[in-house]
Amino acid sequence: MTLKEVVSHVNGNVVCGEGFLDRQAQAGFASDLMSDVLTLMDEDLLLITGLANIQSVRTAEMADIGQILYVRNKKPTKDMIALAEEQGIVLMTTPFSMFKASGLLFQAGLQPVY
Amino acid sequence: MELTAGDFSHAGQASSQIKQMLKQLNIAPQVIKRVVIALYEAEVNVIAHSYGGKVTCRINPEGIEIHVSDQGPGIEDLDLAMTDGFSTASEEIREMGFGAGMGLSNMKNNVDSLDISTGKDSPTKIYMHVAFTSQGETDHETG
Repeated sequence: MTLKEVVSHVNGNVVCGEGFLDRQAQAGFASDLMSDVLTLMDEDLLLITGLANIQSVRTAEMADIGQILYVRNKKPTKDMIALAEEQGIVLMTTPFSMFKASGLLFQAGLQPVY
Repeated sequence: MELTAGDFSHAGQASSQIKQMLKQLNIAPQVIKRVVIALYEAEVNVIAHSYGGKVTCRINPEGIEIHVSDQGPGIEDLDLAMTDGFSTASEEIREMGFGAGMGLSNMKNNVDSLDISTGKDSPTKIYMHVAFTSQGETDHETG
């Protein structure tokens, strides 16, 4: 699923990385616990999280995750955006809950990691 | 690199800098990922749980060595600490997204050797090694 499609499915908004919306997300992972995210070795994941702090972007950087969707209308801060732009990570937001956003994306065909 | 206790705003910076250096040295991406995850987990542990410490990364012909040490307070029961899901993280730390209790486990799963020396009211010293070749993969050139 392209990131453009992700944004469309969840009434989303792109905060940074507008030039990368043709990227493909091969699977999704929803979590607010960063060490759980770091157990994943898969490529091209979409991280769905409510953790709107710089550590979510750092975790994505360490795990080579190129796209993050923040749920519940959480807004990335300036330092998060700066780090994401430096690393080429796309940041998106959705007004939906994690359950709804994950459900909509799963229904639309985004595969789970497990 | 020095790590300051409680300085979550900079947590990951040391790991990020080392990641950039390893990329510039053309180290294999799979090796970099393993090193970086082990390093980041160690870095966060020092910041979250210790009085402060430091992390050093060295490249030798066989692979990459990571040395992490702190000024205490030490891990009282290491076997318990290594158990998946066990965490001593405070509520404040959990609100930041840490405290899953997977840190030491993630370190162990990403390195080829792990040696931890610690104890109650003692500094903790961790040595990790990630080999350039492991599980029968072909050799990669070192930087």
